[in-house]
Amino acid sequence: MSDEKKFAAYICTGCGIGDRLDASQLENVATREGRMNVVKQHEMLCSKEGVQMIQDDIDNDGVNHIVIAACSKRAKVEAFAFPESKVAVTRANLREGVIWARPDTDEARETTQEMAEDYIRMACGEIKQMNPPQPSGQQERNPNILVVGGGITGMTAALEAAAAGYTVHLVEKEGQLGGHAAKLHKRVPFKAAPIGTPNSPDANLPMPEDTGVAEMIAAVESNDNIKVHLNSRITKTSGAPGRFSVDISTESGDTVTENIGSIIQATGFTPWDPSGLTNLHYADCPDVITQLELEELANAAGDGPIKRPSDGKEVKAVLFVQDVGQNSDKEDELPYDSGVGDLVSIKQALYFKHHNGDDCDTTICYDNLRTPGAPGEDFYRSGQKNGVIFTKADVTEVVPGDTLTVKMHDKILDEDAEVHVDLVVLDVGMVPNSGPDPYAATESLEGLSDEEREAELEAQAEEAADETSVSVESILNLTYRQGTDLPQLKWGFTDSHFICFPYETRRTGIYAAGPVRRPMDIRQAQDDAAGAAMKAIQEIELAAQGRANHPRTGDLSFPTFRREGCTQCKRCTVECPFGAIDEDEERYPQYNESRCRRCGTCMGACPVRVISFENYSVNTVGAQIKECSIPEEWDEKPRILVLACENDAYPALDQAAIAGQEISPWARVIPVRCLGSVSLSWVTDALNNGYDGIIMMGCKRGEDYQCHFVRGSAMANERMAKVGDTLESLNLEPERVVVHEVAITDIERAPALIKEMEETIEKIGLSPFKF
Amino acid sequence: MTEVVATNQTILVVGGGISGMTAALEAAEAGAQVVLVEKRPYLGGRTSQLYKYFPKLCHPTCGLEINQRRAKMNPNLTILTSAEVTGLEGEPGNYTATVKITPTYVNDNCTACGECAKAVEAEFDDEYNYGLSKRKGAYLPHVMAHPMKYVLDPRIIGTDDAQKAKDACKYDAVDLDMQEQEINFPVGAVVWATGWQPYDAAKIQPYGYDRFANVITSVEFERMADPKGPTGGKIVRPSDGKEAKNVAFIQCAGSRDRNHLWHCSRICCMASLKQTHYVVDAYGDDAQVSIYYIDIRAIDRFEDFYANVKAMDNVKFIKSKVASITLNKENGNPVLNGVDTEGYHRYANEHDLVVLAIGMQPSVGLDEFPVEVELNREGFIEPSEKNGGVFPAGCATDALDVNRAVQSATGAALKAIQVINRVAGAEG
Repeated sequence: MSDEKKFAAYICTGCGIGDRLDASQLENVATREGRMNVVKQHEMLCSKEGVQMIQDDIDNDGVNHIVIAACSKRAKVEAFAFPESKVAVTRANLREGVIWARPDTDEARETTQEMAEDYIRMACGEIKQMNPPQPSGQQERNPNILVVGGGITGMTAALEAAAAGYTVHLVEKEGQLGGHAAKLHKRVPFKAAPIGTPNSPDANLPMPEDTGVAEMIAAVESNDNIKVHLNSRITKTSGAPGRFSVDISTESGDTVTENIGSIIQATGFTPWDPSGLTNLHYADCPDVITQLELEELANAAGDGPIKRPSDGKEVKAVLFVQDVGQNSDKEDELPYDSGVGDLVSIKQALYFKHHNGDDCDTTICYDNLRTPGAPGEDFYRSGQKNGVIFTKADVTEVVPGDTLTVKMHDKILDEDAEVHVDLVVLDVGMVPNSGPDPYAATESLEGLSDEEREAELEAQAEEAADETSVSVESILNLTYRQGTDLPQLKWGFTDSHFICFPYETRRTGIYAAGPVRRPMDIRQAQDDAAGAAMKAIQEIELAAQGRANHPRTGDLSFPTFRREGCTQCKRCTVECPFGAIDEDEERYPQYNESRCRRCGTCMGACPVRVISFENYSVNTVGAQIKECSIPEEWDEKPRILVLACENDAYPALDQAAIAGQEISPWARVIPVRCLGSVSLSWVTDALNNGYDGIIMMGCKRGEDYQCHFVRGSAMANERMAKVGDTLESLNLEPERVVVHEVAITDIERAPALIKEMEETIEKIGLSPFKF
Repeated sequence: MTEVVATNQTILVVGGGISGMTAALEAAEAGAQVVLVEKRPYLGGRTSQLYKYFPKLCHPTCGLEINQRRAKMNPNLTILTSAEVTGLEGEPGNYTATVKITPTYVNDNCTACGECAKAVEAEFDDEYNYGLSKRKGAYLPHVMAHPMKYVLDPRIIGTDDAQKAKDACKYDAVDLDMQEQEINFPVGAVVWATGWQPYDAAKIQPYGYDRFANVITSVEFERMADPKGPTGGKIVRPSDGKEAKNVAFIQCAGSRDRNHLWHCSRICCMASLKQTHYVVDAYGDDAQVSIYYIDIRAIDRFEDFYANVKAMDNVKFIKSKVASITLNKENGNPVLNGVDTEGYHRYANEHDLVVLAIGMQPSVGLDEFPVEVELNREGFIEPSEKNGGVFPAGCATDALDVNRAVQSATGAALKAIQVINRVAGAEG
């Protein structure tokens, strides 16, 4: 490709654009002010003929920088993609952004035309600063997947990835595979009653079934594509998707280093320790046990009855206490429910019916019984049919003795009751086996020296070890600037924050699966393992092409920085929400393309403006701000700059126009990748250029944040606190710059916020900085 | 004629709701060729009709926007809307799919300018709003519809309205001669993600859904809460448009019931807790919410969401399967009759509006599958080797919330990729 840039603007006159706007005047603006080499109109640019016209100019005339002045960038995406050509493309939004957002009246005609002309100027300014993105050359295709954890989730992930043709290193810290599931006597049935089951109380219903773990271990061990590392841990993980370098060390200290494409963390859970609940006497009464301990008793029973631990007496009556230490607001207990305990207790009650006979009393004390879905509800029914007793009651105390006395408050009868049993089984919750949360650590580390940092980290690790019964030893030992392990969402679970995107990880190419991600049963864990394996192989393929993963999937652009301008302030490395940026030996930032999600938060963070993407930079947006016309003060035509997040706010404004909402004629909207990418310099430049108001529209911040780049919106808000100084130095009113949270559903509110700024400007007057 | 480029290394995804979209996108982004077939004229399915999600109370259309952008940008993905899979023959790695495409009478020239809708007069129940409002006979299914194309209701074809729509279109996009098509193409593996439908509330006779205007379903209530919905986001009574401040939710309406759906639909408890927020957000201290339940199933991590609602002063939980609903004829209020099983107290409680937390039923009937799959008695597809190269995903497999449906769909995409990668390996 020649380096020569050839600029072209194509103006669509379809969808009423030609009727509402003076297209030849737009052409003039693109030619004379925008200085485009080629300017053409088309009556329907998205038609086959229209697209071909552009393609011909690319192929025959060397056009490589293209302005499409037509509809919103959200519309006709496929038509204007030109995937086979190396071109930079931007869109001037004349339809949703102008004519659909403005009334079709004589009075409005002039300002509507001015709006359109500005969007042409802005797009022409932007395209001159853009380059067609191309891969960095860092990428490699590496088909090896690392799976950490050899329980049912990890084994499933390994088998699923191997079945798709990838190779797997499966690392397990114990001396054998299988995890908790290997210790189970049976599992909860996966399926509901089959089709044709009669609608009668006597119908056969699902019963506990074999776990299949032994077969699965055999399948893993005999699979040529899976290499199992037992008694092993990950001692170091460096690099990036497609080129991770992972040290796998055995207990005896032998270390192998493997090249890895992507990682699945399936480190499972630890049962919560109920020893602290003195009223239940788990710590001092051998006949009060956990569900997992009961599995061992059932295994030991062979074909005979299940016997209790204290004296080996055959159990004639057993009581299950549900949700022990769960759904609790007490400090040492779990605030959540593990969701699976009720099904497990039904399964175990059925063990007793099978091994100890139908006359063995089995009582399950619950508050809200959770047996969801078709398989869940059928298994509940199976328990009822087989004589399991369900009592809605709060268990208040277990009194040890030859026969244990269980005291409870029966919620149905609203009275206190006592039951005498041989054995009490506690449903305790799942505590995720996650490593230390990088953000719990780093927040208190800022500004510390390396030594202080280490001491602080150590102290935190000790503290965390005291708080829960799980180890906070690192699992992945990432060499990332921002901590050694996956960030946690809540209560130690390494889950995604997003309901639509359960695998939207904050460490690209590293996916959590199974109960470390959220509490789940075996069936769900196996689904989850397959899902994580899907994402792991996908990341391998995307990294191989140098393309971004979710949510900017396929994006080839990536950040680079101008070394000579960098002051090594480290803001980019600290603020990157994905831990994508390391520091090299000379303490310059080191971008890792395949870890990067292309949000531009680093760009927004950089105080000296040296970070840029080929097609998105301080200059691409700066040019748009600069090229927009600023009418003289006496024209009384204010200009409101709107920097709108392309995920939510921009679509909201688009939809507002589609739904017929009016948008202020003074607004000039620039979509940004994330509010986190907004450079303070844009705000300063805009104020200096004479814009009268600036609105930043980002996603919801805070605990239930909606920003897909995690803290972009929050950071923009924090950074904008500094705008106050700029405003003061310019002697401007603080209300000229505002940051709003805008949701995609705000199709009435988003235009109203712009209107509000219009009214503010009316009140405080136009900016004096008009030239 | 619609042409589809496909081979026995192509993945067919049946259903374009969030599960189908997810499966299709995940597979396509990993490099697989995918054909996505959706019955409605747009993607997103029932998720696109939700106002907010639990537990974050964020907006499903935010994820839809991202998924639609992924779809628009992915050259590996072919989308067929208004299309249904009517036949599927063959074996893993070698299926032939038959797809019926229903005419929308609008071709790809459509720019969504909306002139046709202005010209057409006839109005019909808007299915996007579950019939709570009307739409024109030429319509954009919803403001975010993808493909962004208008649709002509077949009921206007042959009327003057059809011609008016055609005359109003400047882009030659209205094609009144469009015919139903049937096309065949090869595929290697199939993800079956046909989703769910709300159980027919009228079948729960004692609740009088078909007799009492102020007894509505949870899916209808969801549309009502949406500012883009039929009431502009106002929570009002269908009978008289009055503000509905005293709202009852009846859990397990049609679920966990041998006369209706055997299964627990999993999401309804959380959905009612979420919808309680809608009422409280709208009316503050004036709101009164009563939730009639058997078990509150706030599964796994969601317990805190339940605890927060439980802590609200104006929300009551009544452990009871409501026996019947009668009508107070003087004010149109539904009256709920039953027994509170915590202490066995009889009640006859009057409310402004009753919302039935309606169960989820598979969209495809037991005898409607074009290919043999293993079904349970509720009509959900079980994971099974009997399914061959057909991998069920989302609510076609069980009553699931969105997060779990997406999890299931992502896994199903991998299983489909395994089949086509085997085919690719065998064919070199």
